Amino acid sequence: MESSKKNTKGIINWIDYRLPVVSFLKHSAVDYPTPRNLNYWWNFGSLAGFFLLVQIITGVILSMHYTAHVDHAFDSIEHIMRNVNHGWLIRYIHMNGASFFFIVVYIHIFRGLYYGSYKAPRELLWWLGIIILLLMMATAFMGYVLPWGQMSFWGATVITNLFSAIPLIGDNITQWLWGGYSVDNPTLSRFYTLHFLLPFLIVGVVVLHIVALHTHGSNNPLGIDRKGPQDSIPFHPFYTIKDLFGLSFALTIFFAVVFFAPDFLGHPDNYIPADPLKTPAHIVPEWYFLPFYAILRAIPDKLGGVIAMFSAIFVLFLLPWLDTSKVRSATFRPIYKILFWIFLIDAIILGWVGSKPAEGIYIIISRIATLYYFLHFLILLPLLGKFERNRPLPESIGKPVLAE
Amino acid sequence: MSENKKSKKKSRRSFIHQASGAMGIVAVSAAGWPLVDQMNPSKDVEALATIEVDISGLSEGQSKTVLWRGKPLFIKHRSQNEIDEAKSVNIEELPHPENDDERVKNPKYLVLIGVCTHLGCVPASDKGDFKGWFCPCHGSHYDSSGRIRKGPAPKNLEIPPYTFKDDNTILIG
Repeated sequence: MESSKKNTKGIINWIDYRLPVVSFLKHSAVDYPTPRNLNYWWNFGSLAGFFLLVQIITGVILSMHYTAHVDHAFDSIEHIMRNVNHGWLIRYIHMNGASFFFIVVYIHIFRGLYYGSYKAPRELLWWLGIIILLLMMATAFMGYVLPWGQMSFWGATVITNLFSAIPLIGDNITQWLWGGYSVDNPTLSRFYTLHFLLPFLIVGVVVLHIVALHTHGSNNPLGIDRKGPQDSIPFHPFYTIKDLFGLSFALTIFFAVVFFAPDFLGHPDNYIPADPLKTPAHIVPEWYFLPFYAILRAIPDKLGGVIAMFSAIFVLFLLPWLDTSKVRSATFRPIYKILFWIFLIDAIILGWVGSKPAEGIYIIISRIATLYYFLHFLILLPLLGKFERNRPLPESIGKPVLAE
Repeated sequence: MSENKKSKKKSRRSFIHQASGAMGIVAVSAAGWPLVDQMNPSKDVEALATIEVDISGLSEGQSKTVLWRGKPLFIKHRSQNEIDEAKSVNIEELPHPENDDERVKNPKYLVLIGVCTHLGCVPASDKGDFKGWFCPCHGSHYDSSGRIRKGPAPKNLEIPPYTFKDDNTILIG
């Protein structure tokens, strides 16, 4: 027993001396010093990574059985659901995995907003996160087109038509996206290719995201920098176990949906084959796009709506400079804490009106909510940093614990 | 803490580690199986794995090739001459000794999978030194019972599972 352990160690050392994979992993996932006070909101980063992995694995499998052609796509999905061994399970995991990936990432983002994780020196870390979000949106949108149901087709038509709002070259761009004069077979086949490609780009950006994270380490609920080794604990076993424990909860909820309500987050119209001659009465995007969809519809001008929608995401890039307060955590910012919750409710309201028909009272609500969305970032946050008086910050992370 | 107590504590801890490790392996295998099994033949493929062949139009000496599970299938209506020849061979001399009786349900009709047992080419009918089949790829000769007689193939042409539904219909698969 002892000698075989010694031999294993010898082989590992031999490899590590030549290709330092083991010491790299030890450095970045085992010994990696992590703030001692992270709460459960810090689980969502690794959860997002987990769901990315699930999507890639199930997606590669689905691609073995799917046919990207307008005449066969819908049938090949039914083939997966009925004929392929466990195909129903793998597809339902992939469908709902997309939704859960977004839920987890949105919570991860709001965690960052609450605790000021975007502030110096983590601005690029924040930027890389927004790039991941944009790539996710593109991937999810194109993935939703692949089953070639009614919602696929008309969703693709509406979203690609957004680009026709661009002055002068708009029509050329949409035709370039379509590979024709409408959404058709060339569109489907290129969306399939890109839907396969983009997740691997996401993996690449995730690697950069983690490199940037590990450069200055995780932010923490107090939002203050670590003063010394007493403020850190090694990632393993403390946070590996905490992450695994959180993962078990997430998986319980996830599989409850996969097994008992797999179509709850989808739209029934997508089980009708695409028909270019008939638009469904009520088109809505997937739930994770609804807040942005509401902003698009709130503006009574085609180009203006598109600009507002994209600005809603791009304003996040400016956030590290729009928020002028030097204090990171909302725990010590009494007014920002209130604004954070109002902003969260505002985002939920936007999501809700996005799912409603664009008429009557819903238009008014969506306009107010859109206005507040931009007011929050462009006016309130810059001013707040000048006028808000924060509560006193603790001296160090370890102090309150170690003082006793 | 006494030495005894220490080692007891250690063994309890390693038991917990091993038990959770074992549970983890079970869980990952259970989750992984669908991901592996999806590559096995799907239900629609399995549904087409059985075919019926009408042999009423097949007169003596004629043969017919049909596609079954993606492979050619030879059905030959043998003449009395060919049957006698196949039966008269001393099977001790064959590379893969099999009696003709074992290879047919009705001696008149020989049903074979038309894939050379060497490297998977399709042998040509009524060719070769033994008046059976000849594989052009590497020169394997099969006789009128589909048995390998000469050349690199190690085994006789394979017989698919089949039954006679009635005199004129064979159910294959």
